[in-house]
Amino acid sequence: MAINVIAEKCKGCQKCIKACPFNAITMEGKLAVIGPSCTSCGACVEVCPFDAIEKTDEAVHTADITAYHDVWVFAEQRDGQLMSVVIELLGEGRKLANEIGCQLCAILCGENVDDLTAELIAHGADKVYYANMPELKTYNTDAYTKTIYEAITKYKPEILLLGATHIGRDLGPCLAVKCGTGLTADCTKLDIDPEDKKLRQTRPAFGGNLMATIICPNHRPQMSTVRPGVMDKAEYDKNRKGEVIALTPTFKEGDIRTKVLEIVKSVTELVSLTDADIIVSGGAGLGGPEGFELLREFAKKLGGVVGASRAAVDSGWIDHAYQVGQTGTTVKPKLYFACGISGAIQHLAGMQNSGYIIAINKNENAPIFEIADYGIVGDLYKVIPAIMEELDK
Amino acid sequence: MKIIVCAKQVPDTNEVRIDPVKGTLIRDGVPSILNPDDANALEAALTIKDQNPDSTVSVISMGPPQACYMLRECLAMGADDAYLLSSRAFGGADTCATSTTLAAGIRKLGKFDIIFAGRQAIDGDTAQVGPQVAQRLGIPVVTYVQKIREFKDGTVVVERQLEDGFEVIEVKTPCMLTAVKELNNPRYMTIGRIEEAYTKEITIWNEDDVALKPESCGLKASPTQVFRSFTPPPKGKGEMLSGTIPEMAATLVKKLTEKHLL
Ligand SMILES: Cc1cc2nc3c(=O)[nH]c(=O)nc-3n(C[C@H](O)[C@H](O)[C@H](O)COP(=O)(O)OP(=O)(O)OC[C@H]3O[C@@H](n4cnc5c(N)ncnc54)[C@H](O)[C@@H]3O)c2cc1C
Ligand SMILES: Nc1ncnc2c1ncn2[C@@H]1O[C@H](COP(=O)(O)O)[C@@H](O)[C@H]1O
Repeated sequence: MAINVIAEKCKGCQKCIKACPFNAITMEGKLAVIGPSCTSCGACVEVCPFDAIEKTDEAVHTADITAYHDVWVFAEQRDGQLMSVVIELLGEGRKLANEIGCQLCAILCGENVDDLTAELIAHGADKVYYANMPELKTYNTDAYTKTIYEAITKYKPEILLLGATHIGRDLGPCLAVKCGTGLTADCTKLDIDPEDKKLRQTRPAFGGNLMATIICPNHRPQMSTVRPGVMDKAEYDKNRKGEVIALTPTFKEGDIRTKVLEIVKSVTELVSLTDADIIVSGGAGLGGPEGFELLREFAKKLGGVVGASRAAVDSGWIDHAYQVGQTGTTVKPKLYFACGISGAIQHLAGMQNSGYIIAINKNENAPIFEIADYGIVGDLYKVIPAIMEELDK
Repeated sequence: MKIIVCAKQVPDTNEVRIDPVKGTLIRDGVPSILNPDDANALEAALTIKDQNPDSTVSVISMGPPQACYMLRECLAMGADDAYLLSSRAFGGADTCATSTTLAAGIRKLGKFDIIFAGRQAIDGDTAQVGPQVAQRLGIPVVTYVQKIREFKDGTVVVERQLEDGFEVIEVKTPCMLTAVKELNNPRYMTIGRIEEAYTKEITIWNEDDVALKPESCGLKASPTQVFRSFTPPPKGKGEMLSGTIPEMAATLVKKLTEKHLL
């Protein structure tokens, strides 16, 4: 069953009812409704004068996957700025493209964001597919899905990477269903099988207790969303050359079914945890919100920023934007201080790839010491001032 | 209004432990729960029903027969009826195949105004099934819904959470909304409702009931496959510093400076 009626377009003309060989369509008011006896034969799709019936691919079929080539990166922009995960995807995409021996391309949707094409090329894109339309100025599920789906059908990428942002995780699943392919969410590692050149996508499962490597052998594109802050950023070279290819989607009435009335920025600034070289995180062991005063002072001295465990966030001592971990931000600083954090698996999931981990905890058996490069057993209210004193020397 | 809620039974990942010898998941004794975001989805549906008493709330799930316990919990919270898509053919489904089956079940339920799903299920954390079901049904979707502002003749205005704020989005019904935990606080089951829930029938459907061919569901219809799974290699334990606090502080600063980290 893969026949859908697009309610906005259906005018209730009943042509489909007559065309259906299986008596599977009924009218409810002025809307055609596909019943369970539908066999997806598609007879109704053809007769509809309003393009109100569509057929989506559901059955598994081995498409001609050899027609697909190149690695694509979704160049998510907000307010005309690329999200930093895009630069990470270009860094990772470059490695994958080199291993397969194909081109790296970016797909950009927006309105008058021409500058970004140069930025994408400087970060390694050989080609930028660029749709410049007022409908695409800000993210909209239907408009972006339609634009990118049409580009995929036309240019046939082998791999499509999206950032696992709130937008990427909305767009990705919609695109995957339209293309009849699979999607692996929140990947933390990607590599190419040296034998068959297929993509291997590794992601945490069961709250980080288990890692799974996922493949998508018979469908294209192979799609992944990738956690921000996990991959290395692409290098910038402003002399790099690339090609810009314009996309010109058209939107008819009923194509875009949601309307963004307003965008509200929260007062707390987007905490730049993912870009920080040094993070000083505090947990329940701080004992209260004042603890973050000490951590801020410590972070400032080190030139770093403050982070937190979920226990500290849940206690209301600090905003959720600062939370590191499975349900917070994934970070990879050069230096991570865990102060009064026990080291629950969900916290580790977000910080264990840090360069150096320093744990300060009263309890010598705290699990955080299992992954710390340097451990200090002691009261953080004594240890941190001592370190600051040492730094002043 | 007719409201449908997609709910999944999941292992409480907080309780999942690793067998240190075999390096595999110990699932025995791990409690199964209603997926937390789905409780928010159900609460949103029940709130609408509280305000519009002629509404009905149907809960639908795909899973093994024991998912009936979770569905009874949903009934005890206040849902009107519950449907379980359960069959050997549905096993091994990835999100793509799961959404095909759920969409087929929802079609069989007939006309609806709103479908609520959770943003994501804690066993896989994919957040894909909600939008995928919407695509298959040909209805618009808004994910990460943190607030429902108003209903007005066939449109809903909601707030969609972003990393640094939110968007206010207007969407026509029928539509799919996926709930985040900030949306509401799920209600508790009441004793009266728990008793009532046990008198209700849970409808169980297999692939024939929802007119799916076996090859269109489950493992066979899943484009993605698990190539291998493994427990994350523990990062080697580092060095525990010793001495008095000022001594440890001095050692740490010295070591980090030597490595050019400070
Ligand atoms: C689905 C799910 C998702 C989750 N996602 C996340 C996530 O994204 N991020 C996250 O962090 N957690 C997450 N958690 C929660 C996680 O399981 C832990 O509960 C949490 O990380 C514990 O925080 P904590 O280490 O600060 O607190 P605790 O576990 O209470 O540890 C406090 C530590 O401080 C030490 N201490 C106390 N006083 C002092 C002192 N004066 N000086 C030094 N040390 C002291 C104690 O010895 C103890 O080790 C998640 C849980 C679930 C179920
Ligand atoms: N087997 C299932 N049965 C019912 N609902 C499901 C199922 N799998 C996923 N869902 C719904 O889709 C949401 C997202 O799930 P996931 O994509 O697995 O993270 C969940 O919160 C549920 O509302």
